Order: sequence, then C-alpha cells, then structure tokens
Amino acid sequence: MSATLVQVIVGGLLLGAIYALFSSGLTLIWGMMNVVNFAHGDFVMVAMYIAYVVYVLLGGGPLASVPIAAVSLATIGILAYFLLVRHVMRGPMIAQILGTFGLALLLRYSMFGAAGANFLSLPDNLVGGTYEIFGIRLQASRVVAGIVALLVTAGLHLLLTRTSLGSKMLAVSEDATAAQLMGIRPDYMQAIAWGIAAGATGIAGALIATFFYISPTVGETLAIIAFVTVALGGFGSVPGALVAGLLIGLIESLSAYWIGGVWKDVVVYILFIFVLWFRPQGLMGKS
Amino acid sequence: MMKRSPWAALAVASLLAAGLSGGAFAQQTVKIGAIYPLSGNAASAGTSAKAAIELAVDIINNDHPELGDITLAKGTGLPNLKGAKVEVVFADNQGTPAAGQNQALRLITEEKVVALHGAYQSGITTTASAIAERYGIPFMTGESVAANLTERGFKWFFRTTPIASDIADVYVSFLKEMKAKGMKIDNLVIVNENTEYGTSIAKVVGDTAKAGGFNVSMVIPYSANTTDVQSQVLQLKDAKPDAAIFISYTSDAILFTKTMQALGYKPPILIGDNSGFSDASYLRTVGPIAQGVINRSAWDIGKPGSPTFLINEMYKKKTGNDLDDTSGRVMQGFLALAEAVNRAGSTEPAKLQAALKATDLKPNQLMMGYKGIKFDAKGQNILASAMLIQAQGDQYVAVWPKESATAELKLPYKAWEK
Repeated sequence: MSATLVQVIVGGLLLGAIYALFSSGLTLIWGMMNVVNFAHGDFVMVAMYIAYVVYVLLGGGPLASVPIAAVSLATIGILAYFLLVRHVMRGPMIAQILGTFGLALLLRYSMFGAAGANFLSLPDNLVGGTYEIFGIRLQASRVVAGIVALLVTAGLHLLLTRTSLGSKMLAVSEDATAAQLMGIRPDYMQAIAWGIAAGATGIAGALIATFFYISPTVGETLAIIAFVTVALGGFGSVPGALVAGLLIGLIESLSAYWIGGVWKDVVVYILFIFVLWFRPQGLMGKS
Repeated sequence: MMKRSPWAALAVASLLAAGLSGGAFAQQTVKIGAIYPLSGNAASAGTSAKAAIELAVDIINNDHPELGDITLAKGTGLPNLKGAKVEVVFADNQGTPAAGQNQALRLITEEKVVALHGAYQSGITTTASAIAERYGIPFMTGESVAANLTERGFKWFFRTTPIASDIADVYVSFLKEMKAKGMKIDNLVIVNENTEYGTSIAKVVGDTAKAGGFNVSMVIPYSANTTDVQSQVLQLKDAKPDAAIFISYTSDAILFTKTMQALGYKPPILIGDNSGFSDASYLRTVGPIAQGVINRSAWDIGKPGSPTFLINEMYKKKTGNDLDDTSGRVMQGFLALAEAVNRAGSTEPAKLQAALKATDLKPNQLMMGYKGIKFDAKGQNILASAMLIQAQGDQYVAVWPKESATAELKLPYKAWEK
C-alpha cells in the first residue's frame, strides 16, 4: 500500500471521528425524544464562534474553549428545551420540524448580525502543529478532536447504560407516563438530555474550530453530514453514530481519492440507501 | 360675476398638472436592482459587493469633484435625468440559482427597477439574467466570468469584466514567460469547484494552456462548500504539478489552504483565480500560510491622492477593509450601467439598451484598470483586461506584467514557510 493511500485512510478515519463527534448530540436528542433537531448544525456554529471569542479575548486554546463552549451550549440547549421544544412537542410532527428549523435560522441570522458575514479562522498552531510519523502526516488538532470523539461517545454510552440518570432518561423516552408514575419528572429528564446533547455539540464545535473555517453558514455545511451519520448509525444509537461516522469519513476520503471529489457524496448516499434497504433502522438502531 | 371659461380652467389645470409632474420628476429616483448573495456561504463576498455598490451610489448621487474623470462623480445625481438620484434595491440570491431567478422577477415586476446588476456566482447570473431578457430589461454584470454568459444570444445582457478567455490568456502568457526565464513549467493541474464558474474557467484555462504547449496532467473538480479536501490535495500531490491553478469560492479556498499546510504540500506556483482568493476574508484568515499565492486583478489602489486611492479610502471607511478586485469589478459594472442610464436620458428600456450598446468609456473614466469599456454584439466588454497580483505580507501587490508591477514577483510559492 502506498504511503499516500495510508494517508488517505488515516485522514478519512480522523475525519470520520469528527463526523461522529458532532453527530452524537443529534442522535441523543432523537433517541431520547423522537425530535429531530434541525438547529444542530447551528449549535456547532455557535460553539465555533465561542472558541473564536475565547481565543481573541483570553488568548486561550481548546483547553479553555472546550469547557466554556460545552457549558454555554448546554445552557442554550436547556433554554431551547424550555422555551421552544417543550411547547412544539405538544403539536404535530411538522411543528417540531419547523420549530427547530426556525431556531436554526434564528441562530444563523443572529450570528450574521453580530459577527458579519466574514470568514474567521483560528491560528493553525493553536493545538500544536503537524507531525510526521512513518511518512504519515497527522495534524494535532484533528488527532485531538478524534480522541475526544471516542471519549465523548464512550461517556455518553456509559451515561445512558450504566447510571441511574441514564436509566431515568431512557425510562422517560420509553414511556413518559409510566416514568412519571415512578416519580421521574419527564420534562426535567428531557431538559437534561437537551443540555447534555447541546453540551456535547459545544465540545465538537470548539474542537472543529481549531482546523476548520468559521462562518455563520458553516452549520449548514456540517449539518447534512450529521443527519446522514445519525440515520446510517441508527437514530438514537450513540455507538452507531461512531461507527457510521468512521465509515462515512473513510468512504468519502477513498472515493474522493480514487473516483474524484465530485463523486464522494454520490458514493456515500448510494451506500446509505443500500444500508437502509436491508436495515431501515440503521446499522445499530433498534428495530 | 365673470363667467369662467371652461377652457381657461382646463389650461390652469393642465399647467398645474405639468408643474406637479415636473416637480415630481425632479424628485424622482431611478431604481436599479442588485442581486447578490447576502446570505448563504458566499455572503462574505456578497456583503462586500453590496458595500461597493452603495459606495458607487454615493459617488453618483453626491458631488465628488476630487474623483476627477470617474463617471458621474462630479455633480449630483444623473444630470440628463434632471438630477434624478439613483436608488438601489438589493435582493438576496441566497446562493441558489432558483432564488436568484425569483428575485430578478420580483425586482422587475414589483419593484419596477429599470435595470439589474449582479449576481456574483455565474450560475446565478445565468438564471437571473434570463428573466431580465424575457422582460426586456437590461442586465449588467460587473463580476461574473463564465464564458457562456455572453454566448446565449441575449440582447439585454452586458458585461464589463474580463472573461474566462482573457483570464486564461493572462495565466498562460505569465507561465510562458516564467518558462522562458528558465523555470521548469510543463505540468499543470487545475482544481475547480463544479458549478458554472469553476467548470467554465477550468475548461477555458485548460484549453488555452494546452494550446500554449503545456501539459494539463489532471483536472480535479470538487463540490463547492465541501467539508473536507484532504483527498483532493493528495491527488494534487501525486500529480506533482509545476503550477496549480485553483478556481474556488471563499470557503473552499480557505479549506484548501489549511489542508495543504496540514498535509505539508505546496506546488512551486499556486494561482488562485480571483473570487475566493480575492475575498478580504481569505488573506485575513489564511494569509500567513498562503504567502506568494498569485491571483488576477484589475484593481490597483494607486498613488495617494489618485481617484482610485480615494475610492479605496472611502470603501475602507465604510467597511474596514481595502477594496478587493471582485468588489471593485462589481462597482465598475454598476458605474458603467449608471453612466448609460444617464446618457440615455430616459428609463425607457429600448433607450437604455441603445445607450448601453453605444458605451465607449476611456481608461481615465474608469476606476478599474481596463483599457476601456465598449461592448461587442454579444454584450461583452472588448477592452477588459487583467494583471497578476501576489500575496506578500497581509496584502496583494501587483507583480505582472512588469509595466503594471509595484512589487517584485517572488517564486517559488512559499505558503507557510518564512
């Protein structure tokens, strides 16, 4: 195998880990509440701007921006739940879609107003530069994001499967009325789910900002991949999002290298449709 | 009591009416529509274009004797239309051809604009100008360069900017000169976004380069606004070009520059074709790792006190940025359109069209470095031209051809290296 091919594969897997990282919040909200959060990409965008502000005002890198973005986004997530989601959930499905879509536009155009349409970027050496190992170039910022993706996935999975908070959250998602009879308050659990999901999205955004450009519309570019990742992995499955993210990253990279950049989306979506034929619930979703 | 003649009353009434309408006419504004990407991924370039047009309107509507021969700078408003002011109605094309088309329709039928200007992305100019053609309203573009825009047999479409073939000639003549000077330049690679703009420029540049004796070993098209370009950079690395030519919008231009650094690859010569590389955001975000990028331009700030220098100062005061080439071309297109409206002395479409066809502007009347503005039967400015600029420090400086150069050309491409 040529060194370039190894580079393509390594790059694809790191890219996939990042796809998984910013998809985990989306799949969590879906799994908990059957709500598709169309504002997800714009949550990532807000977190990227937070990382930029942290850098400009405090001169801090991800060590400072990740916790700040996580807490800020968790707050935004909880607010979004109480002010918007809780109300639209009583309405028909279309109200939920339009509600979160409206939130997406609100965030995007507020950012246009506040920050302008200009592209921004963090300095490239904020997380250390690029290293060459056996002829394979690894960008520190992407490696860090990839490792954090694994940690966040593992953390969310453990939270849902091994803690009493997780059990309560799953109980609410299974049957809110029954959970309420057991003394669990559904809207508290759902608010916590939104907080955790948006917080994870905050972590993702702050890390992606270290190697990607920042603009008010960047969420749009990233969100489509997040939806595909979640659908392929199985709606609601956190480990599924990781597997699907890695798979999509790898396939994108290989198809772009072998066939051409214009075709990579075609290849990914053909695979996607193919998988849904046989497993409509996604790779690791419950049927 | 005197018996009033009904004729006298009629005469008074008609005099009053004439007076009123005359008065109203003096106050009248001439509405021109401008379609730009004010949201979506090209919003950064779109808002710069909007600011440039607003500045052009300021120059037209207010007295600016300090700008010398620049069209409509002296005096206020449009003198041949009794000093009527120009009013611009902006519309957001949202970065999609469908939205651009709808906005053109709205501006023409509801806002009743007398002419249109726009629409940044060539693919959107294509659809928006088709509406103007159908309604018989002039459409001017100062910036869209896709070759086929002026190959559609349109009667109402005019373009001031140099187009794909002019641009390709500039690049190929430059590369030939470098080769003659002893640089090894045989193998070229073109990387282009796959909408109208990127595809058409890539084709024309590729054909011109082949005709000029170069080997275009690979063309790498990609989908605009992509999330990742590692594979494309690795393809480029495999192809080992002596010069790489990129045709990209801002977001991808930034992403490519960052990714090339991450993968440690830089071609000996990197040409970034205008748009993305000319956006003020480009040098501000990745300037330090893109030292030596070569770009085309027809804009030169010029010596302190010169009209172009003063225009740049006004633009800088308004936006905080220096005027970039793309926004400059937008502004020039708009000024030329306004000049034709004034010369027509009317807002009637047929007269506007005739005035546009008769346009003959000299270099001293222009802010851009064209040899003039004069349209051929297809509506293309036959006197458009461009030079090459290079990123040195935090700005672009003119480097080629020698007679327009203000700084020395530095090769090979240094990118992030000191």
